[in-house]
Amino acid sequence: MSVATVKIQDLGKDPQLGYHKYQFGGFKFERDMYFVRVTWPKGTQTIEVDRFLRAMVRDIGWGFFYGWIFFDDVFGTQNHYGTVDLFAGTYSKAHRDAGVDFLETFNSADVREAFETICKNWINEGYDPLRAPMETGSPLGPKTKEADGPLIRGFNPARRMMGLPGDTAPRSDSSGHPINRAFSDLTFDKPDIEAEPGFEDQVYAFNLYDHIARSDVTWNPSFTSITRACICCVTSEEHMLPVIHGNDRNEWFIQLTDEIHWNIQDKNTGSPRGRIVMKSGDVCAMPADIRHQGFSPRRSMLMVLENGTPGLQDRYAKGELEPFPITASRW
Amino acid sequence: MSVKTHVGSLASYDKGSIKVNDDLRHYAFSNIFEVANNSKPYERVMVVSNLEYCAEVVRAEGTSPWYVAPHDEFAIVMDGEIEFTFYQVGDDQKPTHKAGAARLNGEPTGKRMGRVRARRGHEVLLPAGSAYQLSAAKPSVAIIQTSAGPESVERWSEICVLK
Repeated sequence: MSVATVKIQDLGKDPQLGYHKYQFGGFKFERDMYFVRVTWPKGTQTIEVDRFLRAMVRDIGWGFFYGWIFFDDVFGTQNHYGTVDLFAGTYSKAHRDAGVDFLETFNSADVREAFETICKNWINEGYDPLRAPMETGSPLGPKTKEADGPLIRGFNPARRMMGLPGDTAPRSDSSGHPINRAFSDLTFDKPDIEAEPGFEDQVYAFNLYDHIARSDVTWNPSFTSITRACICCVTSEEHMLPVIHGNDRNEWFIQLTDEIHWNIQDKNTGSPRGRIVMKSGDVCAMPADIRHQGFSPRRSMLMVLENGTPGLQDRYAKGELEPFPITASRW
Repeated sequence: MSVKTHVGSLASYDKGSIKVNDDLRHYAFSNIFEVANNSKPYERVMVVSNLEYCAEVVRAEGTSPWYVAPHDEFAIVMDGEIEFTFYQVGDDQKPTHKAGAARLNGEPTGKRMGRVRARRGHEVLLPAGSAYQLSAAKPSVAIIQTSAGPESVERWSEICVLK
């Protein structure tokens, strides 16, 4: 589907707090000391500013990810891989029943530009929404100095395998990534590699846990190895996933260390379906008909296996594929 | 404050829980160490399945057969120490199957490529079209990112939480 180009409009600066207000299509975005207000033609949603910024920088970095990203139960995005829906109340029965839901489709590049513009203006120095809450300052209060440096990081994906010649490098002291405080009790050694001459780029291994333990971001997967369209992502998780992810395909979680508690909801209605506690070594599918949100009581390591086959989302949406991974005949 | 990272192992793991108002089979909740504890050496038991792709749990103990796959695979050691030995395959040993690992017909007849000794947390490349063999002096565990293939074992009803 092609859509017209829409550019974010700067509506000017709040004279008291210093933050700019923006219009993007039918959506208006403004923030104050504590909250963000997203306004659309039929309503307004108020979101706590930390939650909003944590969600928005990740949505940018993930490239709008696979499927739906709910900033809260009302506002979010749906990725159509080229275009992106911004929605408000579309997946909330109460909003639909009241007739105040709203959805508008934009080019992905326009949404990215809009979100980056908002984040750049609204993120002050000393606050880093990609870090765990215990590791960063507060987003509250009036505008001070804009944070410099990249809004997003940690999204440099491996093309075959992290660390191979010409591919992305694992984190290290020299890349400015010390071992995180939460994993200071672990020891990280290197694999013993003996490659015959000429096979140095094929006989290869690296310490994956060391790479994860050095992450300075949370809920922010990095691609580490790819088998055809199967993508292995790893991430360090602490506190809460600041979005609710609605799946447009099946994905799989492998808990490497510690534990994460997942709330599971129906994808379309948001109705609670239950709760999953994953501990080290646990494996669990996230079916294509749910939303999920994770809570990690302490920093943990999570592996996610995604199927990046193009067009998969349409096959699930049409019902061509069942919304769960193991069909009945395989049990 | 002292920190304590919890990492499961064959000898000690604490399985989580699943309580959902849904068919539990849709979530296929299992535990790598439990699967490995109940597997024969070098059974490649699927714990992840995503259309043609999968991840297999391998209990490494003693020496494995030789395997080859037509695409890259990746092994992550979850417990213990595993040695991976790599050879090129002869022209008559090149994989003819579409996906996943298959046993090599005999010993590899190509050049020796090298070996990797990997421990917990290490990820090892199992390069497309190369023969590889695993060996472990003590029971160890790896999970392999791959495609479903001739060596893949499915026993979901046995490994998954169903009530």
